[in-house]
Amino acid sequence: MIFLRVASYAFRRQAAYRAAAASGVLTNTVFGVVRAYVLIALWQARPSLGGYHVADAVAYCFLTQALIGPVNIFAGGLDLVERIRTGDVAIDLHRPVDLQAWWLADDLGRAAFALLFRGGAPLLFGVFAFRLPVPGPLVWLEFLLSVLLAVLVSFGLRYLVTLLVFWLHDDRGIRSVAFIASMFFSGMVLPLVVFPGWLGGLSRVLPWAALIQVPADVFLGKGPDLLDAYALQVVWAVTLIGGGRLLTRATRRKLVIHGG
Amino acid sequence: MVRTYGLLAWTWMRAAAQHPVSMSLITVGVIVSTGLDLAAIAIIFARTRELAGFSVAEVMFLYGTAGTSFAVADILIGTVEGLGDHIKHGSLDAILVRPVSPLIQLATEEFSPRRIGKLVPPVTVLALVLPRLHLAWTLGRIVMVPVMLLSGAVIFGALWVLTASLQFLITDSREAMNAVTYGGGTLTPYPLTVFGKDFVRGLTFMIPLAFVNWEPALYILGHPDPLGLPAAVRFASPAVAAVLCLLAARAWRSGLRHYRSTGS
Repeated sequence: MIFLRVASYAFRRQAAYRAAAASGVLTNTVFGVVRAYVLIALWQARPSLGGYHVADAVAYCFLTQALIGPVNIFAGGLDLVERIRTGDVAIDLHRPVDLQAWWLADDLGRAAFALLFRGGAPLLFGVFAFRLPVPGPLVWLEFLLSVLLAVLVSFGLRYLVTLLVFWLHDDRGIRSVAFIASMFFSGMVLPLVVFPGWLGGLSRVLPWAALIQVPADVFLGKGPDLLDAYALQVVWAVTLIGGGRLLTRATRRKLVIHGG
Repeated sequence: MVRTYGLLAWTWMRAAAQHPVSMSLITVGVIVSTGLDLAAIAIIFARTRELAGFSVAEVMFLYGTAGTSFAVADILIGTVEGLGDHIKHGSLDAILVRPVSPLIQLATEEFSPRRIGKLVPPVTVLALVLPRLHLAWTLGRIVMVPVMLLSGAVIFGALWVLTASLQFLITDSREAMNAVTYGGGTLTPYPLTVFGKDFVRGLTFMIPLAFVNWEPALYILGHPDPLGLPAAVRFASPAVAAVLCLLAARAWRSGLRHYRSTGS
């Protein structure tokens, strides 16, 4: 099937840059250690803050570092951006393949590589260095499903941002807004359980929570029960990807091809 | 050298100014995303009054000093980390034949007012927190503030050049070296008492990030050194900065000497 092919090519494209992947793993691990120490200090002052124990907070740090790649937390655009800017997207829209599904397959392939080769190492390091408890196999499966849903939400968000380039022509402004929202509201900067009052309540239902806080909670066995966690992710994935479909249709009317 | 730097930076700025709306939006974006670290500290102190023995004002002082030094270094020289891409694309060859130092060309690359946005959060915090520190402002403490800002910026700048030089050897090492530069930018706003003692020893003797703001701040804030190092260490930042500069210059020159074009 064509989409499997697209995904496997995306996987292999990532695999071509092994030194870069290794280099990223090192940095993600160092950041995990730095953030873990800060949270340890916070939890020493406030034990069981947000329903987490200090070990949960440390595990959370390494989970966030492991998920950076798969859910592309820095909100990097799809390679589609470049094709829209150069006009090559006109050819893509002509192909007898769905544009959104094509790029979804591409992103899933990328995410699979990132999870396998960039996610595992920081998490393993955290488990050994800080002697963290490891959950059983069932929890790992539940976690993997949650990560898959997180990747779908992430794609939904980034695809929308990418298509906005049809109207804005320059993606840098919108991308910096996407970056800030993604870093802050996903729980990357600090776990959302630490956010006080209404900010905490709001941030936990926004789509970005589905990227990191929700999968981390599934791993740690914290937060709402499992079905509620999945429900939040599914609702956002369907809404965002559905929105992307509508916007794709609008771009077909928006795009003008000048013949030469 | 300063003139050349200014001229090239000005040229890039004029290029950026061709798209004023986009440029101002991006500048706002830079200010807010630089402020994310500040937001994290603010939220932490909404939950606790003290972090590892330091009050909110003291941590904000650490944030303001480290953040300012980091931003100055990042603005002036941070883009050297793009060296690996230039090597890969072969564009370093073009840079080398121009009659301007390659370091200056890389450092001024895409210089834009948006970079200045990185200074806004830390400088604002520093200006607000300095009068609220309840310290006896002796002459020594007053002089130490600009001294630490300057040596901190030089240390970060030297680390940027030093780690970029490694890309002459390992082209894909950019991200790994970000652990030193951006990692340093992320950890220096926090009191190092947060980190394990061995980690702090590493930050003192191996990658000397403790001299950016931690050691001088211990002197200004009147805190004891958790490692029990002699008092002279608190005044060592300028010397550390100078030594790092020499090392960075040697590494960069030797990298340039051994550079062989990809030939593509």
